[in-house]
Amino acid sequence: MDFFINLISDPVGFWNSNTLLIAQIGINAMIATSMFLVLYSGQLSLAAPGFMAVGAYTSVLMSLYWHTPLALNIAAGVLLAGVLGLLVGLPVLRLRGVFLAIATIGFIEALRLGVILNVPITGEGLGLKNPDADPLGGVSVILSSLVVVVFLVWRLTKGRLGHAWSAIRQDEIAALSQGIDVARYKMIAFILSAVIAGYAGALEAHLNFFVDPGDAQYGVTRAVQVLTFAVLGGSGYVLGPVVGALIITLLPEIFREAGDYINVLSGIFLIAVIVFRPQGIVGRGGLALVRPAWWPRARVRAASPG
Amino acid sequence: MDQQLVNAIFIGSIYALFAVGYTLVFGILDILNLAHSAVFMLGAAITYSLALNHGLTFWVACVLGIAASAVMGLVIEHVCLRPLRRRQAPPIAALISTIGLALVIVAAVEQGKGGSLFVWLWVDGANSVAFPSGTFPNPVWHIGDLTLESSKVVIIPISIALMLVLGYVMRYTQVGRGLRAVAENPRAARLMGVDVDRMISLTLVISSALGGLAGILFGAALGDISPYIGRDNVEVRGLAVIVLGGMGSIPGAVIGGYLLGLVEILAVVTFGSSVRGGVAFAALFLLLILRPQGLFGTRLRERI
Repeated sequence: MDFFINLISDPVGFWNSNTLLIAQIGINAMIATSMFLVLYSGQLSLAAPGFMAVGAYTSVLMSLYWHTPLALNIAAGVLLAGVLGLLVGLPVLRLRGVFLAIATIGFIEALRLGVILNVPITGEGLGLKNPDADPLGGVSVILSSLVVVVFLVWRLTKGRLGHAWSAIRQDEIAALSQGIDVARYKMIAFILSAVIAGYAGALEAHLNFFVDPGDAQYGVTRAVQVLTFAVLGGSGYVLGPVVGALIITLLPEIFREAGDYINVLSGIFLIAVIVFRPQGIVGRGGLALVRPAWWPRARVRAASPG
Repeated sequence: MDQQLVNAIFIGSIYALFAVGYTLVFGILDILNLAHSAVFMLGAAITYSLALNHGLTFWVACVLGIAASAVMGLVIEHVCLRPLRRRQAPPIAALISTIGLALVIVAAVEQGKGGSLFVWLWVDGANSVAFPSGTFPNPVWHIGDLTLESSKVVIIPISIALMLVLGYVMRYTQVGRGLRAVAENPRAARLMGVDVDRMISLTLVISSALGGLAGILFGAALGDISPYIGRDNVEVRGLAVIVLGGMGSIPGAVIGGYLLGLVEILAVVTFGSSVRGGVAFAALFLLLILRPQGLFGTRLRERI
């Protein structure tokens, strides 16, 4: 509780003592926005951690070996993530639903276990040291980038592109029959999502003095976490995934009093939120009423909006 | 090499047993039950705890471990799936609720240590433990230069027998017909007088009991029981297995389990152990692109 009291009573002190946490929330919110793009266009892709790894390793390796300026390194990482997005998207975007999810898990783990852990230049399982990291200086860049990214994605969803994505998400065959080039619009969403994930990955790598190729960083665990941000926050609205990332990243603070039982309570919290608000935290409609089967049913039901 | 081939068959049997439960739920509900690997771990953990900390006979502990896994299946249905089904929530919501339950189960076992709320469930915290030798009879046979431990050998007949029984039930009994009807079309099944909710509960009970049994066999044969055995050994491999066999296909999951065991061993023999995971995932990725219905599947399910 001290955490939140501190936030209100002493915002400056709060900012100074929690800069790293705030930066991590910004990064997570950006990755969640990347996940939003693919979900909004009806694709259950879990590829984001793979593109983050590409952004992170490219930018750190360039600064280690070529000593090029940071902005250029990050740009190169983003570009490479986008190109890889195109190459991976070409074959996998023919898949739908859970098949796409499993294929993208195959992609991220083949990249992590097959390439990153076996190529000497990436430091293999030991990870990479990144002496140029700037854990505290990055936060303003991260938060301003987050605002720009979220704004741009919001604008996109309001335009022609966004309407096409919505149509594809709701019914792909109907969209196709209306003359929407489904393959092209899906590919645009996939590449944009890869670019955002690559950018977030590159920024994240410069928060730590060490690039860790672990499962929680670039593997399935991270992918599932990012999916949770997006779905729990509400994947119908741009702000949903941002809210989801904020809340889930703060769960350890919210349940700090619980000590050892933080994870137990976090899991119960996830289940409760998704059961009472299956559409996510941000979205239309109130709380779902969960009624046991033996509970008497009300005679008259008001028409539910939306 | 021969010894590794034998090991591939043992571990393949465990993958198969685990994946049969996984694919059963997907086949009937079109939902990936991501708590399945947590139930796998829970079965092993409860059996160990009952036998070693609560002083029950190993065999009684096994039965209770399987029973506890089956009850977990009911918890999955009543807490994670049924409320969402009532609300006609998108299937992706069920992914998140089962992830949440998996988190709770793993965290509860992880926190099971002296002085904790969960000490009745587990006392070894995050450590990996093994049944001390002598807990169950485990004669070792030597054939040629092969070493066969009976705790591993026994996995094969148990897995095959259970999968045959399950196949028989699905194909020839009234319950099996009901389950297949729900898989085909829940609305039509309800109109034909099938109690859909009961069928789904039954599916999760069977699936979770098989998952828990797979965990017990894994823990007993490999001497590795910890809160993380589900996540590290079967969570993603289970997905690979059911894709290999064709989502929702029980015989496919069985063959897929043995196939993945073999592919992993071959990859280790050919390229060395460092690429083990990478090769399996690259194969999964390629297979999905080239043949998304699985090696043996005939039709592609498109709902999530």
